[in-house]
This record gives sequence, C-alpha cells and structure tokens, in this order.
Amino acid sequence: MTAAVASTTCRCRSGGQTGDDPLSAILATCSGERPELVAVLQQAQDALGYLSAETIRRIARRLRLSESDVFGVATFYAEFRFSPPGRHRLRVCLGTACHVKGGVQMMQTIERRLGVGAGETTPDGEYEVERVACLGCCALAPVITLDDQIHGQMNVIELQSLLDARTDD
Amino acid sequence: MELTIDGRMVKAEPGTTILQAARSAGIDIPTLCQDDRLEPFAACRLCLVEVEGARGPVASCAAEAAEGMVVRTETDEIVEQRRVLLDLMLSDHKADCLTCDRAGDCRLQDLAYRYGVETSSYAGEKREYPLRDDTPFIVFDPSKCILCGRCVGICDEVQQCHVLNFAERGFPAFISTSYGRSMVETTCEMCGNCVSACPTGALQDKRSRHTVRAWDVEKVDTVCPYCGCGCNLTLHVADGKVVRVTSKVGEGPGGGNLCVKGRYGFEFIAHPDRLTRPLVRVDGTLTPASWDEALELITSKLFEIRHEHGPDAIVGFASARCTNEEDYVFQKFMRAVIGTNNVDHCARLCHASTVTGLAQSFGSAAMTNSFADLEMADAFLIIGSNTSESHPIGALHVKKALRNGAKLIVADPREIDMARRADIHLRLRPGTNVALLNGLAHVIIEEGMADDEFIAARTEGFEEMREAVRPYAPALVEEITGVPADKIVAAARILGTVERAAILYSMGITQHSHGTEHVLAISNLAMLTGNVGRPGTGVNPLRGQNNVQGACDMGALPNVFPGYQPVTDPALRARWEEAWGVELPAEVGLTVTETFDAIHEGSVKALIVMGENVMLSDPDQTHVEEALRKLDFLVVQDIFLTETADFADVVLPAACFAEKDGTFTNTERRVQLLRKAVEAPGEAREDWWTWCELAHRLGHAEKWHCTPTQAEIMDEIARLTPSYGGISHRRLDKEGGLAWPVPDEEHPGTPILHTERFARGKGRFFGVEYKAAAEEPDEDYPLTLTTGRMLEHYHTGTMTRRVEGINELVPTGFVEISPADAERLGVVDGRPVTVETRRGRIETPAWVTDRVGEGVVFIPFHFWEGPANRLTNPARDPQAKIPEFKVCACKVSPVVGS
Repeated sequence: MTAAVASTTCRCRSGGQTGDDPLSAILATCSGERPELVAVLQQAQDALGYLSAETIRRIARRLRLSESDVFGVATFYAEFRFSPPGRHRLRVCLGTACHVKGGVQMMQTIERRLGVGAGETTPDGEYEVERVACLGCCALAPVITLDDQIHGQMNVIELQSLLDARTDD
Repeated sequence: MELTIDGRMVKAEPGTTILQAARSAGIDIPTLCQDDRLEPFAACRLCLVEVEGARGPVASCAAEAAEGMVVRTETDEIVEQRRVLLDLMLSDHKADCLTCDRAGDCRLQDLAYRYGVETSSYAGEKREYPLRDDTPFIVFDPSKCILCGRCVGICDEVQQCHVLNFAERGFPAFISTSYGRSMVETTCEMCGNCVSACPTGALQDKRSRHTVRAWDVEKVDTVCPYCGCGCNLTLHVADGKVVRVTSKVGEGPGGGNLCVKGRYGFEFIAHPDRLTRPLVRVDGTLTPASWDEALELITSKLFEIRHEHGPDAIVGFASARCTNEEDYVFQKFMRAVIGTNNVDHCARLCHASTVTGLAQSFGSAAMTNSFADLEMADAFLIIGSNTSESHPIGALHVKKALRNGAKLIVADPREIDMARRADIHLRLRPGTNVALLNGLAHVIIEEGMADDEFIAARTEGFEEMREAVRPYAPALVEEITGVPADKIVAAARILGTVERAAILYSMGITQHSHGTEHVLAISNLAMLTGNVGRPGTGVNPLRGQNNVQGACDMGALPNVFPGYQPVTDPALRARWEEAWGVELPAEVGLTVTETFDAIHEGSVKALIVMGENVMLSDPDQTHVEEALRKLDFLVVQDIFLTETADFADVVLPAACFAEKDGTFTNTERRVQLLRKAVEAPGEAREDWWTWCELAHRLGHAEKWHCTPTQAEIMDEIARLTPSYGGISHRRLDKEGGLAWPVPDEEHPGTPILHTERFARGKGRFFGVEYKAAAEEPDEDYPLTLTTGRMLEHYHTGTMTRRVEGINELVPTGFVEISPADAERLGVVDGRPVTVETRRGRIETPAWVTDRVGEGVVFIPFHFWEGPANRLTNPARDPQAKIPEFKVCACKVSPVVGS
C-alpha cells in the first residue's frame, strides 16, 4: 500500500543527526533503495542491539520511506526488538514437553519475582525475559536458559536460587 | 459495454469495477475496506460476488467489469460467506455499541444488522489495546479496529503524510504510528481524513464524543469558511450548535477530504466571545446599544460627513469572508447610496497584482483551470505558494498527480513541505521571481522548446518578450536569485518538454512592489510553452480566502462594477445607473492601501469595515493604527471584537457563515451555495441586512431594489453581471457548484478558461525586467524578512485562535531562522527574540530550522502578540497597489535576559 515517499515536514523539530556512529556507517554504505530495508534493519540491530525510534527515523530518511512504513516492516518480523536488551537474557521454554512438565510455573515464578513478563526487560535493565517455543532439549524439560547457559529439569526452588545467586553478584 | 448483475442488464464504461457498475445500477454490494478516494485494497472480502465462469468468489471492488459478464451479488453462498466474515470480525471487536459514538453511523453495525449477525460465535482471545486519547481532535480505539486499512490508505495515497501503518502481523496486528508515538509528534497534519474513512468506531472525532447520538443531529450542507479551496462541509447540528463537521465523498473540490481547519475549526461559531449586540462608543467606551440606536448614529454621521466633506470622504472595506450577495449589496451601498467608488477589500493585499496582471495578458483575472483537471498535469511549477499549508485541499490534487508520476518544480525561498516533495527545489532569494521566470523562458527559447504553433496562433507580443528575456542567461540568473544555473536549466527542460504543465502561484508572486510584473512573467512562461486552455495546464493563482474571488467578481473594487465592468466606461455606467435608478460616480475610488494615506492626509473622514481586520492584515501596523485613531467615524461589522473593532465608534454584530444562506465563489471560480445551519447569537444579523437597512434610512427606500432574501439578491446580480448570468440559488441547490462564466440558465459552467481563444482575444506577452525589492538588506538591517501563513491558523486568527484544539497544536507565533544565522546572532531555539525593521519591532520565539536559508527569516502573520505586519513594508506595486509583504529588511537579536 505504501510507496517510496519524500520525507515530509515533521513538527517534532528533531534535526538530522549524522556522525561517525555505527548507524552512519551502515547508512553510508547502503544504496538507499527500498529492497534493502530489512538488511539495513538487521545491520542496525546487530550494531546497536535494538531499533530505537531515532534509528527508525534515520533509516526512513535514508531510504526515502515514511517512518511508519519502516516501523511497520520492522514489527512484522519477530527478529527485531524495540527496547534495549537486558544485561542478561532469560529464556523460558513453553514448548509441548516443557509445558507438560511445568514450564508455565517457571514463567509465573519469574513474573512474580522480577515483576516483568515475556518480552519485557526489568526496569534496572538486568534481565530481559523471553518466551520460546522449544529449545531442542526436551529431555531436560522444563528448561530455561540464562544467557547461553542451559538449566534443565528446573523447579521453582532451583529457579529462585539461580536468580538469588545472580542477585548476590 | 454491458453486463448482467442480479439478472439486470447494466451498462458500464470500460475500466470500471464490478462494484462501481453495480452501484451505478443501484445494486448495493456491501464493503468495509473500500473507499472511493482510494485504490482498491480488497482486504475485507465483504464485496465478494459470484461471477459465472470464475473459479471462486471475486472481490468486486478490485475486479473490472467485462462485456457479457454474469454477476450474482447476493446468493445464499455469498450471504453465508459474508455472515462468517462478519462473525469473525466481531469475534475480536469491542462491540460496545450501546455507548459507542459511531452507533447509527457504523458500517460494521449496518452489515451485522443486514446479515443478522447478533454476536460472534467464536469465543476466544481478543486483542486488547488501550484507547489512545493523545491528540486534540482524534481518538483511536484499536480494540474496535477491523484492520481494513482505509486510514492507512487515506494517509498514504491522499494526504500523503504517511503517519499510520500496520504494525506487527497476524492476530496481534494493529494500526500504529511509527513507534506508537502520538500522532501530533509525527508528520500528521490533523486533517482527520482517516476518521472520515474509518468504517467503525476505531477512529473518532474527539470533540463530539459522548455529546450526541448519530441520529440526533441535523445535517446541513454548506461551504467551508476558511481558504479559497471552497470545500463542501456537512455541519452536524444538535441543540442549535454545530458539533461535528464532515464532507461528502465525491462532492466539491475536496471530494470528501478536508484539512484541520475545515474539519475541526468550527468551535468559533458558538464561542462566548461572539458579538451579540451592537456597541456604540460612549465617553470613550464601547457600550451595548440597540440596533436602532446604532443604525441611527451611523445614518446621521454618514449624512453629516457626506454633507460637509463630500461622498469621497467616506471609504468602505467589503469582505472576502462575506457572501457574494453581501459584497454586492455593500458595493451597491457605497456607490449608489453614499455616491463614491471608494470601495475595496483585502484582495488588494493578496491578489491585486493577479487582477491587474492577468487582465492585461489573458483578459480574465482568475485561476484558468480547476483542481480536478490539474490531476492530469505531467509537471507542475509551484512558485510563491506554500500550497499544502495555505491550500491544503488544492495540494491533494497536486500530490495525487505526483503519485501518478508527474514532476514537481517548487520555487520558494523556504524548504516548505511541497519543496521536500519536489523533483527540483529552486530556492530563490525573496523578491527575485522575475529574474527566475525570465531565466526559465530564456532557456526554453534558447533550447528550442517553445511551442511555436501556440505562440503563432494564440498570442501576440512574443518578440517583445524574447528581447526582454535574452539577457537572462542561467549564469546571470544564478547571480540574482541564488539558484544554481544547472537547476534552472533542468527545470526549464521539464517545463519545456512535457505535454501538460500547470503553474500554481500565490502570495509569493503577488505581494511585491512589482507584483504585476511577476504575474506577467508567469503568463509569459505559460504561453511560451503552450500551456493554457487545456486540462492539466494553466496559470492558477490560488486565492487565499473563501470568497475573495467572489468579492472581486461582485465589484468590491474601486475601479469596477460587478463582473469587472469599469466604472470609467460611460456606456456601462449608464447601464448600472439605469438598473439602480441613481447617478453613479465616474472616478476610480481609493484602494485599501491608499485609504490609510488619505486618512493621514485628512481627505478621508469615515471608514466602514465589513468583516476585515486591518490592524493585523495590513502592512505597517503603526501607520494603520494612527490612521484609525485619526478618523472622525469608524464603523466595524464583525463576528468578534477584533483588533480593528477596538478603535470603532460603532460595532455591529454579524452572523457567521454557518448562520446564513448565500454563495461563496472559490478559487476555481466555482460558485457554491451556503445553507443556514444555526441561528446567529443574540442580536447578530447577516451583513447584507445592515446595508439594506442603512440604504433605507439614508433615503433610498424607493430606489433600493434589494429585497430581503439572498436568493433574490443573486437574481439581481445575475441580471446585471454577464459571467453570473445563469446562476441562481435554485440552480446551485439542484446542481451543486458552477464555475463562471455561466452566461445563461442552460450553460454548464466553464471549468477551463481560454480553451479556444483568450478572454481578450489573443494572449499578450509582455517584456518584463527584474527590479529589486523596495527595501533590500543592508548594514543596519542585514536579514530579509518574509511573511506568510501556516496550516493550522488562518489570517488574523480571529476564528482559529478561538478553537481550543488548534491552539493546543500551535499556541503562538514564531520566527523561522536558519541555524547559521541563529548561531552567529546567539539565537536559541524556542527562546524569545526581537525582530526589528524600520517600521517597528516585535518579540516572538525563535524556531531555528533549515526551512529558511541563510539570510532569510519568516514570520506567520496570524498572531496579534507578535504581529508580523508591525514590521512589513507598505511599499506598493504602482499598478495593483498591493504592498510588499514578502520582502523587507530586518534585524534579529536575542531578548536580553531571556
């Protein structure tokens, strides 16, 4: 439905920021054509960790697309994120096996303990919680991962002590 | 071509869709995502029909009708499909119809009713998103959204602001701005066209929420009171108040689209500040009086002044805001009752140079084409017009053409919205238009791109023009205008080679001390390229006010009777003398701008102002203020106590556009009918009534033929004004707008002028030379000040500044200044600065922006607290007497201690 557009006057008055930040380098090397959009979004997220409003705005300007168009494409794909990642990534598996073996309780424990749910990051930026469908190690169900470490056959007590241990750091 | 729909033979033009063919035959196929303003989207699937021979159901909104096609729209199978679709939609729709404002005006509700879908049979998850109530005018409730995409389509294809889009995918998908920001923090122009497109209660007009049910309003069709586009409005009236404004899709210049002013700028109508009683100055204070007292005072004062100083000591300013009928009556009052041609109005300040210029070159001073046919242009030159802000709906037609591949050249000192959409932006120094236009003509002639056939057949004076532009080689033009030579050449090549090029211009051309010459240079360029008299071409001056075209047509000018019949022509004058039964003055009267000088000189003693606010709209405010103080007698008729009315001896309360019948003539020369929707507040009266009444009191009861309905006044106008000859309220009511000339009752109107021959016979080229503006920057005043309008506010702000939501969007004025100048002068964005010229100084906040180039500052003139016209230069064009609002020298400094 949308076509390439000239960027129009914006009343937010934000100026065009350029410089030698990672995004400038990405935007400088791309050709500025619409088919590149997803690749540019990927590079931007790799370099910056997530897609901020400012990142979206600058990509839109460079590719002569509207910001809402870029945002629409970015949100279409599950791989893009729109808030800064937490320092630690907590993934809770709710695939079939984990579901049967109590994965939901793991998720509820985390929600109670950290005060945030799947897709969210704790206000102190320490944890981001993610719900996944299967981690491919169903024999260890229920499974959670903390950063790259797999924790299998979890129960509420072990999960609590895992989080306690991190809190003590 | 013929096809069969539901057993009926239906005729259709090639290229029409099945849906259009069915609708033309009165067969109602249901739709939700379809909108006549948009390209087919075919998302909702409600319009599926059965086509014989097709493999499955066909989306009738997107499929073209074909010869011999057999279509069934309401078979059992199709109906069942529609039920399932509606059932699915309702499964995830907040069906709070009992309290929803759109109940009774909701397409989803209509279809659920039509197909008997009471509730959804699918129990399950619903998307729950909070209601967004973060703009002054639009509320968005995503839980009522059916993802039809019409709001996205309107914003992309029509308004082209690209604010809304689909976010996420699958079940959680929703409509969002980028990053879910409030619409006011995006490129949104608050036009509300998305609201007009929404088929459910997802997008709603905030101001009318929870005030009235859809079936409790009375709808009255009328015409917008703001700019010259003349969009059709439907006023929704409840309890005697306008509560909401919409526009019918497919009707009027906007085709159902409006801008923020038209759709949401109506609160002024019922504002508590409205004048409700006549006011008379007693011991220096304006004091309420009866109409009889006020009119008696005016009668005796005018009688006395005319007796002592002659009729020419009295001047009347008519109004581009009032109806044709009122302006006609007003100028008749001045000419026939007072006995002077001293009648003028604010067209003097906007398009006087168009009137003088185009009258000389073409013989008719108005926009040559209509907005609709501009969509056929292959290229546009927009020069001195901030089209998308000053004529937002006119700009939609240009944007539509751009979407279809037309080229756009914008010549403007500022990087306005249209400049950002342009293929080429010629960023010229203010006041150097003639050099630029001559430069374009020079390249077109040099490179052999002139339309020799058109020049030979339709024009005269070509040699004179060719000699005049010969010196304007791109290099020299670059030196004068600051526009790079290669851009000038590139622009000329576009204009010189496309089949249809349209020129749009406005105040950036006219408001100069050489405005007439600017206009002549424009008509030169149009004739040189053969771009007159065909669709998608023409010279199109965009008139700024709802009825400024009409006020000129009605002879609210000091040199002509209605229909541009010169007062100096004895034969024509005799005709008017016979019609009005009085002897009429033969000398051309005073213009608006000359009037203030004449007051200072003492030759003018009394001024009558109908619906104008000269204190803010005229150049050099101090000079105007001193003049108003010096007058023996000042009468002001208005809807509010304006800055001008503050000085009056008598103030008369007027009815506004929603409170009267009559006609407005828009910038396309389209005469359109107003219809009264609400009663005027208190004792406020329609303007024409006052002047009829005063005519009687001044002893013209017998000779004064104006009778008390506007329809009858229009009949008198039609009898005496050839171009309005076939116009009557009856006809306008039945047929909609008519573009003059409409010589007789049978004539269909003239959307395009000069098709076979120019109004003056042959089009006339004029050799014009670039002359510098009257006041150029120098050591003391090193910057160039230019002034203009902005989207949200209108003129002197008497109306828009009484609309709460608009004030929320733009609470105050500002001065645009370039980052380079700001840094050099120590000016900080958002902080107050002093802007000073030889005529005065004002304080206003700075907006540091690259919209203006280095050395140029811009101030919108809507704001009384930072009045641009305290600064502007009253230097005038010698022919048009228009002041040079667009260029003067100024200096800017930060306010100390801020």
